Amino acid sequence: MSVIEENVRRVIEGRGLPLRGDDIDTDRIIPARYLKCVTFDELGKFAFYDERFDEDGNAKEHPFNDRRFEGAEILVVNRNFGCGSSREHAPQSLMRAGIRAIVGESFAEIFAGNCLQLGIPVVTMSHEKVSELQGLLEEKPGTKLKLDIGEKKLEADGKLFEVEVNDSARKLLLSGTWDTTSLLLANRREIEEVARRLPYLQWRQTA
Amino acid sequence: MGENLFNKVWELHKVKTLPSGQDQLFIGLHLIHEVTSPQAFQMLRERGLKVLYPERTFATVDHIVPTDDLGRPFKDPLAEEMIEELEKNTAEFGIKFFNLDTEYQGIVHIIGPELGLTQPGMTIVCGDSHTSTHGALGAIAFGIGTSQIRDVLATQTLSMSRPKVRRINITGKLQNGVYAKDIILMIINKLGVNGGIGYAYEYGGPVIESLDIEGRLTVCNMSIEGGARAGYINPDEKTFDYIRGRMFAPRGDDFVKALKFWREIASDGDASYDDVVEMDADNLEPMVTWGINPGQSVPVSGKLPRIEDFPEEERGTAERAYRHMGFKEGEPIMGTKIDVAFIGSCTNGRLSDLREAAKIARGRRVAKGVKALVVPGSKRVARQAEEEGLDKIFREAGFQWRNAGCSMCLAMNPDKLEGRQISASSSNRNFIGRQGSPTGRTLLMSPAMVAAAAIEGAVTDVREMI
Repeated sequence: MSVIEENVRRVIEGRGLPLRGDDIDTDRIIPARYLKCVTFDELGKFAFYDERFDEDGNAKEHPFNDRRFEGAEILVVNRNFGCGSSREHAPQSLMRAGIRAIVGESFAEIFAGNCLQLGIPVVTMSHEKVSELQGLLEEKPGTKLKLDIGEKKLEADGKLFEVEVNDSARKLLLSGTWDTTSLLLANRREIEEVARRLPYLQWRQTA
Repeated sequence: MGENLFNKVWELHKVKTLPSGQDQLFIGLHLIHEVTSPQAFQMLRERGLKVLYPERTFATVDHIVPTDDLGRPFKDPLAEEMIEELEKNTAEFGIKFFNLDTEYQGIVHIIGPELGLTQPGMTIVCGDSHTSTHGALGAIAFGIGTSQIRDVLATQTLSMSRPKVRRINITGKLQNGVYAKDIILMIINKLGVNGGIGYAYEYGGPVIESLDIEGRLTVCNMSIEGGARAGYINPDEKTFDYIRGRMFAPRGDDFVKALKFWREIASDGDASYDDVVEMDADNLEPMVTWGINPGQSVPVSGKLPRIEDFPEEERGTAERAYRHMGFKEGEPIMGTKIDVAFIGSCTNGRLSDLREAAKIARGRRVAKGVKALVVPGSKRVARQAEEEGLDKIFREAGFQWRNAGCSMCLAMNPDKLEGRQISASSSNRNFIGRQGSPTGRTLLMSPAMVAAAAIEGAVTDVREMI
């Protein structure tokens, strides 16, 4: 497998940010009104906006507003994180808010795929282990985590956790080939072969 | 052992297995809209890439459309910028755009089937999670993110892992006043909002087969609400009759060839599945959601569940739902007062939905203080409804009759809840903030149930109004 060095995601080190709750949907991660944009550039400041600010714009209690977690880069979440809409705006907003990896119990599929396309590893652990890690981060904010995609391990405050990573995702992250466009385009001849064998592409275009 | 439709279609479209172990999958039909595509076109420009098969991508505008005033420029400059961007991108890259000045604009998942673009045996993607809708005609259809839109534009393919397939058999017979929406709400309630992760759902059995195509579109539409990225129904004679004669349907000899292909692509009688579940719909009642995800629903005659009755891992979400909704455990859902009634969306904005709702609205009046909207899913739906006089029935009953768009399903346009308002909605998501107010509340139900709630000013059993 060829390697694109600058895109390799092998070890990610950074402070952890615990965000508790199951079924946190993409409308909560980025409310729809902030999707009215033609670039992703400004999305970082709107991550979890309605949970972080009241209707007058005053900050509410939320891990993303908590000074103790400022500068955190590894988000720790619970079950079915990122369910709902396919909007890539959700992982884009987290990435632009500084998140470089996500650890959780489980992830909605489209969300996990979108993260991978941005080179953001999403890895899973059991409910008990995630709770333990969240508890540790709440007790000792600022704890540095070391996520090793190659070894499938997470180190936190001297503790070692085993994490699960989807095999294909792991290969793409370790080879730096998660940005798939050029990889796919290289198979242009095979793409054309498939187009020639699909019955519905042989019928006359009627409109 | 025979093969199921999903695996047949996947094999047919597989370009090759990639070094990562994922498959490169050819995409037969790509649909785009104004919200998730502009950044993808920008990425193409930055990389100097072209659209490889521009004739296989079709565009429409839906999410940001102000359904009360289509005058350009839109009053919201951000919305205007988005539509202009789509106009520019489709013109530059040679993509057909069903814009507002055509007769065919509408919600992307309504116009695909109604124009005959959606056909059995295709792979279909769109930057929208409700793309699963198109599976109702026997296609593999799923939502993708913007970077994947870039991949499809540039290569007409995607890198994907093949999901498992779960067959869901629905047995029994639906009561009068119980609809496709109630079936899918029941399925999500039973299998959970994350029960479908890693699966495509194949819906079948006598109840599914008895549904017309529009009902099937409603069922498949909400597959993603159960965690399943794709959901589909095997094509049958109803499917073929539905497609025949539509704008992009094959004609003449090609239609004969198509029939052969469509019959062969359906799941074999002895097809194998990774999982099979069965549910009975004999006693199914109209369903209403009471919480903050589409799995949190009760039958209309039922009472709100007790937190202690949930499995431990679901209690946190249930507690959060009660906090947001301000409801109490054990209360009946019937009689819950509403402020807004919304009929429309890619889930329930088709002609049959409007007909069922109009039957309830006919000769009655919307309750005082309730704001009631009917938003057809496409211009074509609007035109047909107007030919049948449905618009007049709704208007006389006190509903507002709007132009086609996503409207209050997701609040990217002026149609929004305000403050703590409660909405009876025929849409697909009751997530916190979904309908535009961070404190707003959404009760999902069938369009006929929404019409009934609008008339009573509260959740009521539509079966008593038929």
